[in-house]
Amino acid sequence: MKITRAEVEHVSRLARLALSNDELDSLTGEMDAILDYVEQLKGLDTDGIVPTAHAVPMENAFRDDVVRPSFTPEQALSNAPDAADSAFRVRRVIE
Amino acid sequence: MTICDLTLAELRSGLDKRELSAVEITQAYLDRIATTNPVLNTFITVCDETALAEAQAADRRIAAGEAAPLTGLPIAAKDIFNTAGLPTTCGSRILDGYISPYDATVIARIKAQQAVIIGKLNMDEFAMGSSNENSAFGAVRNPWKLTHVPGGSSGGSAACIAARQAAAALGTDTGGSIRQPAAHCSVVGLKPTYGRVSRYGVIAYASSLDQVGPVTRDVRDCALMLQAIAGHDSADSTSVNTAIPDYQASLSGDLKGLRIGLPQEYFIAGLDEDVRKAIEQAAATYRDLGAEIVEVSLPHTAYAVACYYLIATAEASSNLARYDGVRFGLRADRAENLIDMYMQTRAAGFGAEVKRRIMLGTYALSSGYYDAYYLKAQKVRTLIRQDFLEAFAKVDTLLTPVAPTPAFALGEKVNDPLQMYLSDIYTIPVNLAGTCAMSLPCGFSTEGLPIGVQLIGKPFDEATILRTAHAFEQATAWHKRTAEI
Repeated sequence: MKITRAEVEHVSRLARLALSNDELDSLTGEMDAILDYVEQLKGLDTDGIVPTAHAVPMENAFRDDVVRPSFTPEQALSNAPDAADSAFRVRRVIE
Repeated sequence: MTICDLTLAELRSGLDKRELSAVEITQAYLDRIATTNPVLNTFITVCDETALAEAQAADRRIAAGEAAPLTGLPIAAKDIFNTAGLPTTCGSRILDGYISPYDATVIARIKAQQAVIIGKLNMDEFAMGSSNENSAFGAVRNPWKLTHVPGGSSGGSAACIAARQAAAALGTDTGGSIRQPAAHCSVVGLKPTYGRVSRYGVIAYASSLDQVGPVTRDVRDCALMLQAIAGHDSADSTSVNTAIPDYQASLSGDLKGLRIGLPQEYFIAGLDEDVRKAIEQAAATYRDLGAEIVEVSLPHTAYAVACYYLIATAEASSNLARYDGVRFGLRADRAENLIDMYMQTRAAGFGAEVKRRIMLGTYALSSGYYDAYYLKAQKVRTLIRQDFLEAFAKVDTLLTPVAPTPAFALGEKVNDPLQMYLSDIYTIPVNLAGTCAMSLPCGFSTEGLPIGVQLIGKPFDEATILRTAHAFEQATAWHKRTAEI
């Protein structure tokens, strides 16, 4: 086994994703099969190989720090499930 | 021949000669969508009212003699592009109720030419899938055979063009999501070089792989669309500021001296016999057209799928962290506290495949596993990219299958994620290498299902693959066959 049900449960908490018991069961099997498949990469010698983060060579993209038009508070909140006083409203975080 | 059978270039000519109006064209497409969409399920949103208003404005611009190449032409966009004032679902329940407050750069660019946005197209949820069966809005059917998938994740884009529901479509391609459905639906699909087209306003799946591209009836239309969307955008720092050739002018038909490579690793066990024959026939056609066919090697091909599913899922797990129920979309109401609200919202909003990839990506990035999985995959990515650069030192373009088989039946692979992933084996390496490639029709299986051939080009050399594809199209008639729907 590459991954246990307990590890899958741990990862689901890291991912902020509530999973049912059925989902935990099926994901454990599926992730195990996929991790078993990707195991083949370990057979490849990559010593001294520079990792690729972007396939096209990138340079820093600088621009002048000038004020440009942006969303109004109303536009920014237009899709909010809950909003009040120019802010997104969520459950109390600090008691 | 009806309006909907015409290519983008033919419609342009009809508009310029005043033989057609944009309103007339738009109405013809809306009528066709109304009759065919209940069967195919290609559209998530149809812009009935706004499209006709946009067409009227386009007609005024044409009358004023100020038409741009896309003015008045009905274009449909995968529902991954933010489009101001319209819902953008990305095929997911988690964006329920979300109305885009702004336009993606590619949408802004075609709107600036006064193209008509006719609707938003179905897709695999968050562009994760190879069959379009992962959409919260239901599967799309293949116009060539309704029991079969159109491919994915831009399944709606390819099926829409095959069914002649729009003049052209926009899709995105992270591991083959334009090219594979284009092959399965017998249309032309192009994934430009990473950085050629702005990703601003395109909902992110795997940011180092995602790229926007056109899906069209033929190669000339593809060149026309690429011209409209290509170019640097200050809002996307990964878009590249490099010269954009005249793509129409590149369609010279001249293949003299062109060297085409056949990567030996692509012609392996698992490649369907009908597909193999069609690709060999395509190579023979190119030989007849004066190109030189050379065998080349891409030795790390077998590692590409594993490499991709680590990199793409890792990036996805990070990108999709933003769907937390706070600022837009779905929110689970009965949560006990904030963390629980995040967890319940994401549980209710994401489908099975998206959950699977978030979990895999989170695991690959988690403490203790990062070096073994994510970093290792990034190093393998370097080797895969080097394979292509070495091959391109010897040849101008590579010719390969797009997918190992023609379209499969709906439901056939839904219970086996790994088998589904392996159907992208010929397209994934191109995204990892960051270069450009296109799919074009090259035949049909004995069952009557379309087959596509892939042309892979050097980085930023879309012009050469368009020229190569166009010459093939001139010599064959596959692109002229239409699905009976």
